[in-house]
Amino acid sequence: MERKIQLPLTEELAKTLHAGDTVYLTGEIYTSRDAGHKRMCEALANGQDLPFDPKDATLYYVGPTPAKPGQIIGSAGPTTSGRMDAYAPTMMSVGARGMIGKGDRLPEVVDAMKKYSGVYFGAIGGAGALLAKCIKSSELIAYEDLGPEALRKLYVEEMPLVVIIDSEGKNLYEEGRKAYLAAKASQK
Amino acid sequence: MREISTDQIIDVVRRLCIEANQNLPSDIKACIKKCRESEDGEIAQDILDKIITNYEIAESENVPICQDTGMACVFMEIGQDVHITGQSLADAVNEGVRQGYAEGYLRKSVVKDPVRRGNTGDNTPAMLYTEIVDGDKIKITVGPKGFGSENMSAIRMFKPSAGIQGIKDFILETVENAGPNPCPPMVVGVGIGGTFDKAALLAKKALMRNVDIPNKDPYYAELESEMLEKINNLGIGPQGFGGKTTALAVMIETMPTHIAGMPCAININCHVTRHKTEVI
Repeated sequence: MERKIQLPLTEELAKTLHAGDTVYLTGEIYTSRDAGHKRMCEALANGQDLPFDPKDATLYYVGPTPAKPGQIIGSAGPTTSGRMDAYAPTMMSVGARGMIGKGDRLPEVVDAMKKYSGVYFGAIGGAGALLAKCIKSSELIAYEDLGPEALRKLYVEEMPLVVIIDSEGKNLYEEGRKAYLAAKASQK
Repeated sequence: MREISTDQIIDVVRRLCIEANQNLPSDIKACIKKCRESEDGEIAQDILDKIITNYEIAESENVPICQDTGMACVFMEIGQDVHITGQSLADAVNEGVRQGYAEGYLRKSVVKDPVRRGNTGDNTPAMLYTEIVDGDKIKITVGPKGFGSENMSAIRMFKPSAGIQGIKDFILETVENAGPNPCPPMVVGVGIGGTFDKAALLAKKALMRNVDIPNKDPYYAELESEMLEKINNLGIGPQGFGGKTTALAVMIETMPTHIAGMPCAININCHVTRHKTEVI
């Protein structure tokens, strides 16, 4: 199913999304990756607030290239989400609901997604030039010293994504491959 | 003895870093288009279409194809009749990388220490490999290597008794483990032989070869196409969402090894398999 989604990702909205849906996401999302997530989780462990309000927030695992003069942002495709698995349950426990990245997630992340009605979206890995076209504004919020891993607030319009894992834990990586292999077997 | 100054080398490395990151080689582009034609799944087709649009945008707007503009792997074949003048060669290559990554607005993805981290801020040092060859020229290849795929690579020291079957199983197992992580469709570089370190280097060098040129040895050319078919039968598909196109190519490079061993390294690359060469 193809759908247009307006953020924030409330619990009600999240529950209507299913693995395999193609979605076009519009709204504010927050970028960071390895070192940024580590720092955010350390802040939470020390009882500090995050540099943004995580309630119903969607996180984009990306480390963009620097913007050229006149550009809002450089190339900005997803990075491998598995590296953020250590931090994802903590981020969801404080309200973050959407995650955008690519690649497998650990069972503990899927468990947290079921618990907090999380949704894991896939953006096309390697398609950084195309995805940058959907980014209409970019604002550095924190951790400037981390360079590409800094925390940014982006406004995206109709960002093309696929729901990889839904809030019930259904996984497109498993389903899609199974469906392809079954279709192939039936052709023989 | 022909003299080549490090100023020339800096200039070439600088340019190759930028061009390699913005323009996908034509053999890879043709291969992606061919795979798009043969895909029948809707999601798989849509993804390959978007991958094609992406590299077209990168090329026409001079922006990086992927935000992971990689570690700069620099391969140099240096003619033994060349005298390099100026500064040290490694310094010159790093200066070229520094300038290229700044000028091209490429991402600085290198940390100074593998454990304690800390970005170097200029994407240096480059991974430099030099080889002394005949002649009076220098052939420079820059292959930016992203780490989403690099992280899914593997090396194994086989006993000779494992034979070709051991290698085939290892290739399939590595691709299966990689799954959706390395941004499939991937290019699979395989290095067999040499020592532990040489096998890994061969696997990386395999990724610099054009995908439309099979191994010169018919035995390995056959193995390349057999493994490509087997990999594509896994059904992982573009981005791991299921489909025919899990890999664009399997590239095998080999060299002699010791009677006691059979090292095999597999270097996984994504569909953004970049490399650009210039001879000076």
